[in-house]
Amino acid sequence: MKINVPLVRRMLTGFIRNEVQKTGHERVVVGLSGGIDSSLSTYLAAEALGPEQVLSLIMPYRTSSPQSLDDAGKVVSALGIRSRIVDITPMIDSYFATFPEADPVRRGNKMARERMTILYDFSMAEKALVLGTSNKTELLLGYGTLHGDMASAINPLGDLYKTQVRQLAEAMGIPEPILRKPPSADLWQGQSDEGELGFTYEEVDRLLYYMVDRRYNEEQLQDLGFEAGFIARVTKRIQGSQYKRRLPVIAKISNRTIDRDFRYARDWGR
Amino acid sequence: MKARIGLAQINPTLGDLQRNLEIHREFIDRSCQGGVDLLVFPELSLTGYFLKDMVPQVALRLDSPVVHELEELSRNISLVVGLVEESEEALFYNAALYLEDGVIRHCHRKVYLPTYGLFDEQRYLARGRTVRTFRSRFGQTAILICEDLWHVSTAYLAAQQGTDLLLIPSASPGRGVERGEKLEIAETWEAINRTYATLFTMGVCFANRVGYEDGVNFWGGSEIVSPAGERLLKGDYFEENLLVGLFDLEELRRARISNTLRRDEDLDLTFRELQRIYRKRFPEGDGDE
Repeated sequence: MKINVPLVRRMLTGFIRNEVQKTGHERVVVGLSGGIDSSLSTYLAAEALGPEQVLSLIMPYRTSSPQSLDDAGKVVSALGIRSRIVDITPMIDSYFATFPEADPVRRGNKMARERMTILYDFSMAEKALVLGTSNKTELLLGYGTLHGDMASAINPLGDLYKTQVRQLAEAMGIPEPILRKPPSADLWQGQSDEGELGFTYEEVDRLLYYMVDRRYNEEQLQDLGFEAGFIARVTKRIQGSQYKRRLPVIAKISNRTIDRDFRYARDWGR
Repeated sequence: MKARIGLAQINPTLGDLQRNLEIHREFIDRSCQGGVDLLVFPELSLTGYFLKDMVPQVALRLDSPVVHELEELSRNISLVVGLVEESEEALFYNAALYLEDGVIRHCHRKVYLPTYGLFDEQRYLARGRTVRTFRSRFGQTAILICEDLWHVSTAYLAAQQGTDLLLIPSASPGRGVERGEKLEIAETWEAINRTYATLFTMGVCFANRVGYEDGVNFWGGSEIVSPAGERLLKGDYFEENLLVGLFDLEELRRARISNTLRRDEDLDLTFRELQRIYRKRFPEGDGDE
């Protein structure tokens, strides 16, 4: 699972530069939470395009940890990129004043989608592409909000597991506190990814790697020492979240239906 | 005779023929100024790779004005160009043309269309049925495209027809970052090029593109390998490049004196054994079409 860090760094900065510039853009806008994923995406973009071409939006809610804000600030000053703080508290509170019964998951999803709308608003205002920050682990597990943090124009991290993100982040000199703190969606206090998921990234990444990348079957996975229950739980998560990784299902009527028999690359003509 | 060979490690625009033709003109122009004798462009250099439903839109018939322009350009420099070739019966091939002295000397239609993993060529393209060589001003020459080379049989067939110079236009997607210093795919390709050059005592010119299409990178690293297995020229990974190297055709003779594999190859043995294997595997004689 260990990646060749300089090689991946080169592939990803090339990816950002190429995919941004060929759509006629020069800039990206990225939602910077102060966590490791968004920090790494931001570092890669600054290296690929130059710091002046990167706009980071820091979008706290009133319950967001002050540490997150502080960490995001560290990234901004280390890279010398542009940044704006947009407080989403008024929008979120105003909405949930109408639906006070909403549970934390609904609230968390709403915050993620609120941030998405702001990113896309700035995308238009700044003629900048929205840079994604979802890694392969969360994409496979469906541990993200559809049309929220999963939304982006280009995503440099989507084929890297969380532990590989750590490797690359370390090599790129991302500030220590960001590398060390436990990953969290920071939607409410004390939330942590690993607490919510019920397993560590180390464990699940190793399983995903053998299951997805190496195509081991269940028996072979058990031979590697993974428990049947763990395998089943992760398999169910992957299957159950498949819808999040696809476009909406279109009912087929004609002879040529978008994405089924109307097939073009996204980089069509670019 | 020393041939000055250029490898055009370009980044084509997906589905934009005119733009790509512009890139070709520019690289041809630069190569002519540099005294290049033969310039090899990558696979589908005129169109880009992940064409999907664009295939018929970018396809060219061999009597089309674009091909005619390339023929004209080949009066000054020999060219290998990648395109989607539309046949008279409207079948679409992943093809590469060898143009020299104002005419198409050879058209190779890719035989092995990968349709696994990230590849989907057989969905959109027709399959070539032949491996043939031709006479160019550099000797007996063959073109095989990318995946063709992953089947030893194609290189073997080319070698058995006396190939001196094997030209390999490629669009190889970069992947695999867990082994060693290089992309795993680059390691494999470099092994293939070196192995074929050495075992078949021929010069190998591998022209691989760069750039990204829908997040897939093409890794470049184009190279020329001598019939002694020595790397004569190497392109950067990932970067657009016009590479130019000298290939001494006398190397072929020297290599075949010290390495007599070509002389010693027993075509009769291969032929007899293949016939026997074929009969055994396909007793009804209906192995294919």
